[in-house]
Amino acid sequence: MLLLRYRGSEGMLAWAFHRISGIAIWLFVLLHVLDIYLAGGNPNVYDDILKFYASTPGRIMEILLGAALLYHGLNGLRIMAMDFWPRLTVYHKQIWYANWIIFVAVGLPGAWLIIKPALGL
Amino acid sequence: MALYSRSGRPKPQSGGFELASWYFMRVSGVALFVLAFAHFSLEHFLFDPSEESATWIFNQRWNSLFWRSFDWLLLMMVVLHAFLGMRTVTMDYLKGGRRTLALATLYLVGVVVFAMGTIVVMSVPLTMPG
Repeated sequence: MLLLRYRGSEGMLAWAFHRISGIAIWLFVLLHVLDIYLAGGNPNVYDDILKFYASTPGRIMEILLGAALLYHGLNGLRIMAMDFWPRLTVYHKQIWYANWIIFVAVGLPGAWLIIKPALGL
Repeated sequence: MALYSRSGRPKPQSGGFELASWYFMRVSGVALFVLAFAHFSLEHFLFDPSEESATWIFNQRWNSLFWRSFDWLLLMMVVLHAFLGMRTVTMDYLKGGRRTLALATLYLVGVVVFAMGTIVVMSVPLTMPG
């Protein structure tokens, strides 16, 4: 892949994805605190927002949110492991690929569980 | 040897607030790994958005001091972690007056979000389970 051959290779991509997923999660937190605040003040509006969360586009958004959380969390653990055991830095690429294996192994069943009701299953 | 990592922020050598927030990002990151994934799994795997509503939150989800405290702890951690993270991003791309303005806005939004979440999690009456 061209992206993997560009300058910083895996380390640069790990950083870029961490930043993008972090900003995306921050945006969702803003939306989510706003909607839960409405649950107390205006329950009808909140129920309408929940109908969106239960719809197919809403579920696709939740899968993307879950993917951002999972990547950010796994890569965060990777960063911490290397911060506190600097010798692991030698294996930073291997740990990143291990993260992707966990990402797919946990993420695919999770995505299926979220989208399943929209498919009528 | 300076600690450096291949995708994280290098550990600040200056000490003070920068070093404290560097450590805090890591401590809250571990906490969020547990809190956020438990919260996400609860709303999406144990329950489903189609069975959730304001009534469900008042009568079930938040009808427990434990889960309210759990969600409030998550709110605290996520607000501090997300806003310190956005502070790093902002300072990477903006300088001077724009940076000051963006950071002031960011902190204001952070305080408002924390207040809104705290108000709702504490003000909804608890109807003790029968």
